[in-house]
Amino acid sequence: MKQVDAQLAAEFGLAAGEYEKALAIMGRVPTLTELGIFSVMWSEHCSYKSSRVWLRTLPTTAPWVIHGPGENAGVVDIGDGLAAIFKMESHNHPSFIEPYQGAATGVGGILRDVFTMGARPVANLNALRFGDPANPQTRRIVDGVVRGIGGYGNCVGVPTVGGEVNFHPSYDGNPLVNAMTVGVARQDRIFLSAAAGVGNPVVYVGSRTGRDGIHGATMASAEFGADAQAKRPTVQVGDPFIEKLLIEACLELMETDAIIAIQDMGAAGLTSSSVEMAGKGGVGIELDLDRVPQREAGMSAYEIMLSESQERMLMVLRPDRTEVARAIFDKWELDFAVIGQLTDSGRIVLRQGGRTEADIPLAPLAEEAPLYHRPTAPSPAPAPLGATPDPVGIEQALIALVGCADGASRAWVWNQYDSTVGGQTVRRPGVADAAIVRVEGTRRALALTTDCTPRYVAADARTGGAQAVAEAWRNITATGARPLAITDNLNFGNPERPEIMGQFADAIAGMAEACRALDFPVVSGNVSLYNETRGADGATVAILPTPAIGGLGLLEDAARAVGLALPPGCEVVLLGETRGHLGQSLWLREVLGREAGPPPPVELEAERRNGDFVRDEILSGRVIACHDVSDGGVLVALAEMVMAGRAGLHLDAPQSGISPHAFWFGEDQGRYLVAVADGGALLRRAEAASVPARLVGRAGPVGSAAGLTLPSGATISLARLAAAHERFFPLLMGS
Amino acid sequence: MAIALRLASGRAPVSVWHRDTSLPPLDLLVLPGGFSYGDYLRCGAIAAHSPVMGAVREFAAGGGHVLGVCNGFQILTEAGLLPGALLRNAGLRFLSQDCQLSVEQAESAFTRGWQEGARFAATLAHGDGNYVAEASVLDRLEGEGLVAFRYAGDNPNGSARGIAGILSPNRRVLGLMPHPENKVDPLTGGADGLPLFAGLAQSFAS
Repeated sequence: MKQVDAQLAAEFGLAAGEYEKALAIMGRVPTLTELGIFSVMWSEHCSYKSSRVWLRTLPTTAPWVIHGPGENAGVVDIGDGLAAIFKMESHNHPSFIEPYQGAATGVGGILRDVFTMGARPVANLNALRFGDPANPQTRRIVDGVVRGIGGYGNCVGVPTVGGEVNFHPSYDGNPLVNAMTVGVARQDRIFLSAAAGVGNPVVYVGSRTGRDGIHGATMASAEFGADAQAKRPTVQVGDPFIEKLLIEACLELMETDAIIAIQDMGAAGLTSSSVEMAGKGGVGIELDLDRVPQREAGMSAYEIMLSESQERMLMVLRPDRTEVARAIFDKWELDFAVIGQLTDSGRIVLRQGGRTEADIPLAPLAEEAPLYHRPTAPSPAPAPLGATPDPVGIEQALIALVGCADGASRAWVWNQYDSTVGGQTVRRPGVADAAIVRVEGTRRALALTTDCTPRYVAADARTGGAQAVAEAWRNITATGARPLAITDNLNFGNPERPEIMGQFADAIAGMAEACRALDFPVVSGNVSLYNETRGADGATVAILPTPAIGGLGLLEDAARAVGLALPPGCEVVLLGETRGHLGQSLWLREVLGREAGPPPPVELEAERRNGDFVRDEILSGRVIACHDVSDGGVLVALAEMVMAGRAGLHLDAPQSGISPHAFWFGEDQGRYLVAVADGGALLRRAEAASVPARLVGRAGPVGSAAGLTLPSGATISLARLAAAHERFFPLLMGS
Repeated sequence: MAIALRLASGRAPVSVWHRDTSLPPLDLLVLPGGFSYGDYLRCGAIAAHSPVMGAVREFAAGGGHVLGVCNGFQILTEAGLLPGALLRNAGLRFLSQDCQLSVEQAESAFTRGWQEGARFAATLAHGDGNYVAEASVLDRLEGEGLVAFRYAGDNPNGSARGIAGILSPNRRVLGLMPHPENKVDPLTGGADGLPLFAGLAQSFAS
């Protein structure tokens, strides 16, 4: 047995001050198991000790929000007595160490966060960031992550309908895997985690506990050194079939009145679920660890409590319903064990083999958890961009942008995810700005997206934070849906570095402004810090700050949704103001090889006005297709519409007063391309609504002659565009 | 699948539990898609040995109609109710995309909703849909008109002779990899799969 002392506490990730606090709470030297519990509950991953002071500043309420942050996932009203329950969560560190299992268990974990609240999962999305495509490691990580997401999501029978993929060298040693699940529940059948009722049984269900994933939460709370691969034993292994059984068994039990409280065993496993359930309910909890279903003999109390074995849930049941519950779990062939009961002691007491292995007061464990107001350093303002002459011309730049790592078709990725299982997918990946999933048995549909432009956040975190929220709002709006709420997944570097904490604080401030202006509150989320890798030379590299936003919107009538594919015979109108902003644009990076200048400003009043106008136009039935303008600007967005619709388009001359490349490739925000039968009528309505509007294209040839005809008269054929667009992933992955 | 069956027949299908050893009176037994038992040993291999399969074999042997889609097709081959096997896709990756199918045999309860040679769209969602069988078996299937569907145009998964679905000799057992049940609603990808279900409903109504 290891000697518990300050040195061991440090090895477990507790700072010196934190260990002293634990000593004071206990009034004695903690046991090994107790030290393990303190270290995981007070880890960054579980305690949010560096981020909490900032997270509190985010808006979290709206009339349609039923449960905001603090539960396993956020809950919003979607009408008909139904609720959408959703959350996004990171599995970054494990996905670098073991990409397949890291990503797979990320999907499994976020599914459990959603069905633990009573929702049937109806959609998965994932926001992925990988390193430089030229880095030989990138291919291995992309392959493992995509296979892992598909392997788990496909098997469990939940469609994977959307997400995003970016590449940047800053993710070389630290890929980001942010998985989002959306579920639907009856509003009168939502389950929470606060335990209640002294004497009530505490029940363990699902897979058995093994030695996998021990101290995963602590691993996820430190930067990687050169020994990252040696941390493989901390990665969990997923079993999607057990997860499927667990979903069905839990939802079946939720049809009865047996459950008082329920929580999945995620990070820090049995420790966090038991401590949080009892802590939230203000009760004590006593567990007999000998009764915990175990995969192997001889596990210590420490190992049982710290294991992150997957597909497990903890419940507090009505004592008179225990046998009803047991019968359901027997039917689904899942382990079911009463492992303890609630007490009035206010303490967590763990027994094994007749010994007391831990006895910790719960209130101080929660209330005296470390809370840091870490120093922040202001980020330097980006230098002005200066002159950006066009060295290659419009045509060549377009081909480069639709084919570059961040602009190329993602079909290679999404074709490996089952996006239609369940039969409710109205818009699959790639055909609309947000995925559209009908709510089974109703006319309603959910619009779902994930968004972030990390290079904007790196240049100006406040603007970048606002932009991520605005883009999610815009993508939902572009389908005709009303944006309701977001979940956020805040991926940053080491919070102990003031410049990183400065980025974090600024990004939150920008997000909060956008959430308020757009009535788009945060209802759930996750923070992933320490996304840094120490190189052999000792220097650390942090990821681009990446506050990924998962947005959810509602369509009252799924049939009203529009996609981005341009059909023949339309006119295309650009809505929103174009100034030709090239700072931090994809054009600047891919054509001039520069990542420089400020990101495009986000003007929230115009954002709201333009978006509300577009949504009204869509719901009026006058819009045939709609696509927001983002990476690569107007011309890339038009090319995407043309490629999806396979109909040609003749472009009008660009706006005077702006150089052509800045007009076509600038990334000014708050803009949409809208295809209508009568562009003139739309221009008049836009003017009346004070929304800047401009006709940019008219129907071109269809069939084999289809293409994008530039104002110069040159036509880029559809075949050439598609070949450039579809080359990147197969080339990278060697298939 | 349940949605498509209800849509075509106007009645909700009954579910059969894998541990059951007998079946209620049925017109049609469907083995739907979906990673039975996690597909951990080999796709459909464990399901082919599940307790209910004895009753499924008896039902088929008695001339009952059985439809196996995706994992259901894999189970039917593992159980020996249809010949051949489904291997990993030729590209070694899961495929989730639309495909075009051609109707090779319109004379069955499953395919009567189409004309022979008709083309329609269906959804692929599988990692193991590469149909293989010995040449003599393939020759017999083709010779006896038991190839129900072929991939039209691209062969997405490397299946022998582009075969997407096959019938038993009495044409009452159909296995196919693509999902016609995911194409029964114009709002969710089109209604190209409806003729299969409409044809079945018609067969059992008459």
